[in-house]
Amino acid sequence: MALLSKKDTNLITDPLADNNPITIQVLGICSALAITAELKASLVMAVSVMFVLGAGNVVISLMRNIIPSKIRIIVQLIVVATLVIIVDQVLKAFAYELSKTLAVFVGLIITNCIIMGRFEAFALANGPWRSFLDGIGNSLGYGVILIIVGFFRELLGSGTLFGIPVLGDPIEKTGLYATGYENNGFMIIPPAALIVVGIIIWVQRSRNPALVEEN
Amino acid sequence: MALKTDSNVYTVVFAAVMVVVVGSILAFLASFLSPNIKENERFEKQQNILYAMGVNENGDDTGSVNFIPTDVVEDEFASYIKEQLVIQGDKITEDNEAYLIDLKKQLAAMKKGEDYKLPVFIGEKDGDKFYIVPMYGKGLWDAIWGFIALDDSMTVQGVYFDHKGETPGLGANIKMRYFMDDFKGETILDGTKYAGISVAKGNNDPLNKTKDDNEVDALAGATITGNGVTAMISETVKLYKPYLETIRAK
Repeated sequence: MALLSKKDTNLITDPLADNNPITIQVLGICSALAITAELKASLVMAVSVMFVLGAGNVVISLMRNIIPSKIRIIVQLIVVATLVIIVDQVLKAFAYELSKTLAVFVGLIITNCIIMGRFEAFALANGPWRSFLDGIGNSLGYGVILIIVGFFRELLGSGTLFGIPVLGDPIEKTGLYATGYENNGFMIIPPAALIVVGIIIWVQRSRNPALVEEN
Repeated sequence: MALKTDSNVYTVVFAAVMVVVVGSILAFLASFLSPNIKENERFEKQQNILYAMGVNENGDDTGSVNFIPTDVVEDEFASYIKEQLVIQGDKITEDNEAYLIDLKKQLAAMKKGEDYKLPVFIGEKDGDKFYIVPMYGKGLWDAIWGFIALDDSMTVQGVYFDHKGETPGLGANIKMRYFMDDFKGETILDGTKYAGISVAKGNNDPLNKTKDDNEVDALAGATITGNGVTAMISETVKLYKPYLETIRAK
């Protein structure tokens, strides 16, 4: 890629696999459990986090030399909160329907530990462009896991994808349900997300033994 | 000059400047955008009230919730809603801006023992009369609210629910059509008692064929939100009972 150097490309690709924020760094688990019961919510959350993390990383990176270290966490929190509120207000004024859909996520984005984690671990020590790439990369890595989890939970829990029934009608007993198949109600409650994330971590580590910690 | 970012003076000054800057940005943005936001909120209330009485653009499928478009909602609201009443103690007055009354504030005033106002909207569609009352309650995480449209025999003609922060995919589904549509045809009366409608688990009626049991089928994984809906309806019915009695007596 001519646009990005090898090192810069790695900033985007690493978090997608071997340095994934959820499965390797174990950040952002709380929102991964909370909102992955359906695919649409996962997607909305992934896009929102991408925006906030990309923009937030740049802002923090620009301010990195003037932020007093004693209050840096508070400063980071203020930056995230301000960004989220600005987006929320602008959407409320010009895209009201969309803002209604996103309202639930606003609180979850501010408290998402991936955002604080990347500010602290990367943006405070790197330039704006690299920080931006790091933000995009990490939110992609986060989004990929969210979408995988959301896919399985919605499919197995409700028999739908994006709210569209794909396995037939569970009440009228058509499609797959005619064979006696039932939706697994467990999949739509939060512990199921933990199990799906666990399986993803298991698969990832058995494919790449280098990720397994020595005891 | 290198900045001594560790010194206490610098830290305090930085914090102060940051608060002022962020505060001004947000204050400016809020006052700049507030007319648009207020207008959107007004349209939304009108859309919700009309939705409850069945004035919406829903198709025959049970898919998505479709409101009257915002550019015509004001005219439609004026033509379908014949009367907007405000109940204040024993007094009932007409008020064309009753739909702007914030039920949350009125309920808070009631709890404090102060005077409070309760809005009622009387709509007419195809010769049928609808009595629409607002509802307000709490779900699992935050507020839930909505509107319920009744006819003069206290049968539900439609509802609209909304929420501030229920869990996506679970409690947030109270605003899905398959849940709201279940309320249509249910009665809030149990004999002559005002019973409300319960969101019930295990009522063995997932298709909601029994309409006189004061129950609709609950949402899986959303017990507390469902209980919130039950409580909200029963509170509303209790609150409006004196007025509803006068309609039923007619």
